Amino acid sequence: MAYDRQVIDQPSKKIIAPGYTFGTVTDQIASVVLTRKTPYVVMGTFAVAMGLLLIFLLAIGLLFTKGLGVWGLRGPTMWAWDITNFVWWVGIGHAGTLISAILLLLNQQWRNSINRFAEAMTIFAVACAGMFPILHLGRPWLMYWLFPYPNTMGIEPNFRSPLVWDVFAVSTYATVSVLFWYVGLMPDLATLRDRSEHRALKVAYGVLAMGWRGSARHWAVYETASLLLAGLATPLVLSVHTVVSLDFTVGIVPGWHSTFFPPYFVAGAIYSGFAMVLALAIPLRSVYGLKGLITDKHLDNAAKVMMATGLIVGYSYIMEAFSAWYSGNVFEQAAMWNRMTGPYKYHYWVLIACNVIAPNALWFKKVRGNTVVLFIWSMIVLVGMWLERFVIIVASLAQDNLPSSWRVFESTRWDWATYLGTIGLFLFLFMLFIRLLPMISIFEVRTLLPQARVREGARE
Amino acid sequence: MTQPIYGVMAEFDNPSALVNAARAAREKGYRKLDAYSPFPIEELSDALHLHKNKLPLLVLIGGIVGGTLGYMLQYFVTVMYYPINIGGRPLHSWPSYIIITFEMTILFAALTAVFGMLGLCGLPMPYHPAFNVPRFAEASRNRFFLCIESADPLFDREKTCEFLETLEPREVSEVAH
Repeated sequence: MAYDRQVIDQPSKKIIAPGYTFGTVTDQIASVVLTRKTPYVVMGTFAVAMGLLLIFLLAIGLLFTKGLGVWGLRGPTMWAWDITNFVWWVGIGHAGTLISAILLLLNQQWRNSINRFAEAMTIFAVACAGMFPILHLGRPWLMYWLFPYPNTMGIEPNFRSPLVWDVFAVSTYATVSVLFWYVGLMPDLATLRDRSEHRALKVAYGVLAMGWRGSARHWAVYETASLLLAGLATPLVLSVHTVVSLDFTVGIVPGWHSTFFPPYFVAGAIYSGFAMVLALAIPLRSVYGLKGLITDKHLDNAAKVMMATGLIVGYSYIMEAFSAWYSGNVFEQAAMWNRMTGPYKYHYWVLIACNVIAPNALWFKKVRGNTVVLFIWSMIVLVGMWLERFVIIVASLAQDNLPSSWRVFESTRWDWATYLGTIGLFLFLFMLFIRLLPMISIFEVRTLLPQARVREGARE
Repeated sequence: MTQPIYGVMAEFDNPSALVNAARAAREKGYRKLDAYSPFPIEELSDALHLHKNKLPLLVLIGGIVGGTLGYMLQYFVTVMYYPINIGGRPLHSWPSYIIITFEMTILFAALTAVFGMLGLCGLPMPYHPAFNVPRFAEASRNRFFLCIESADPLFDREKTCEFLETLEPREVSEVAH
C-alpha cells in the first residue's frame, strides 16, 4: 500500500498547521513508530539513559547491601534527597494529568496533540517517584506491610498517618493514570495494527488494541468513559500533591507546619510539570519534524501556564515568610531566618532566583517564542523546584526545635547516583515509549482538522 | 444458494457523507446498522440514537462502593481490629479517614469506568466480520464506513446493496461472516 508521505514540518501559530488531511496526520505520527529510522540523537539519548539506569542499579545494589547510611542521612536529617526527589518527581507528573484531564473538561483543544506524551511523562515520573519512599523504607522488600492485609503479626497500618494516606494517594494516582493513558491509546493501537506490515507487529498491536474497530456504538461509550475518567482524574491529581504536602504539614517541625502547603504544593507541581513538558516537547518536535502538530502555539500556551503557576509559587514564598513572621512563633521565625541566612542560604536564594525572578521573563512574547530560551528556562524551573523541596525538607530538619542536635546535611555520591539514576530510568522509559507507541494522539488530532466538522447544511 | 453474509458495507471519504448516509438508512427503516469512523463524531451518535448508555450509572455505583469499602476498612481496623489508644482520643477519628475514603472512591470509579466501557463495547473481541472487508483497514485512517447487518428484518442482499449505492459511496462491498 502506497501512501502520500507528505510531511508538514513548519512552524505555525495555530494549534495545527494548515494542509493536513486525515491520512497525512495518521501517516506522519504512525511512521515514527512503524517505518522511520530512529534518529541518532534518540539513540544517543537512549544510550545515556541506559548508562544512568545502570548507575541506578549499582546505587540501589549498594543501598541494599550496606543500608541507608550510604546516603547522607544522619540525625536529625533523616529525610533528605530521597524525599526531595520523591516530591519533585510526583510534582512533574501532575502536568500530564492536568493536560489530559483538566484541559479536556475545559474543552481546550490544543491539548489534543500534547496529551499523549505528557501523560506518558506522568506515568514514568510517578514510577521514578515511587522508587524513593520504597528505597527509603530501609527494608524495601517488606513494602507490602504498607497495605492493610490480614496477617499473622496481627498488626495493621495506622490510617491516621499521612504517610499511609500517601501510599493510597500515589498508588491510586499511578493506577488511574495508567488506565486513562491506555484507554486513550486503544484507537491509535488499532491504527498501528492496521498500518503495520510485519505479522508480529500486527499481532502485538492487535492484542493491545483489543479488537477496536471504530464502531459508532463504541465511540459513544468511549467518549462517555473518557469524560468520566477526566472528571475523576481532576480531583485526584489535586488530591495527590495535597496529600504529599500533608506529609509535612501534619508534622510539627517548624517550617513544615502550615495550612497553605496544599495549594502551594499543587501550584508548584504544575509549574515544574509544565517545565518538563516543554523540556520534552521542544527537542521531540525538532528531532521528529513534528512542528506542524506541536506548534509554537502549544509552546506559548504551556509557557503561559508555567508562568501563571510560577507566580502562584512566588506568592506562596512571600506568604510563607509573612506567616512565619506574623505567627509570633519563635520557632517558625527562627526556621525562616535560618533558611534565608543559615547554611542553606545559597540554596534558598538560588531557588528564589529560579522560581520567583526567572518566570517573569515569560511575560515577553519574544521569550515565549524562542524555543532555545524556553528550553533553558524550563531547565531553570526544574532546578528551582528541586531546590525548593530540598530547602523545605532539609533546611527545616537540619535546624529543628533542638539546637543541640543540629547538623548540616551533606550529600554523598550515592545520593547523586540514585537521583541521576532515576533520571536515567525516566528517559529510558520515555525513549522506549516514543519508539513503540504513537507519541501524539492520532485520533484526537484528526478531530482538530477542519474536514472533521460535519456540515450542518447537509441535514435532510 | 450462496453463503449467508454478515451484512453489506458502504465506504465514504468524509464524515458528512457518513452522517447523511446513517440518517438516510435510519429513515428507510433499518435498525441493525453500525458506522465506523477513525474518530468520534458527535452527529453520528445523534443519527444512530446512541446518546444514552449505562456507563455513568455504573461509575456512580462503583464510586459509592469504593468509598463505602474504604471507610469501612478504616473503621474496622482502627475501632475494632487494631485499636490504638493515643492520649484517650476517640477511636472513630473520622476526619483522618477522609483521604483514603476519597482515594478509594476514585480508584473504584475509575476501574468501573474502564472495565465498564470494555464490557459495554464487548471488548476485547478477537474476531469481527467487519475486518473481512479488505478496505476496512482504512477505517482507522481516513475512511468512513456504514454497515447494514443481515440480521435486520428489512435486509435483502440485492435491495440493500442498491439502497447503499444511492447514497453515493466510494464503494459498496459484502461482508463475509
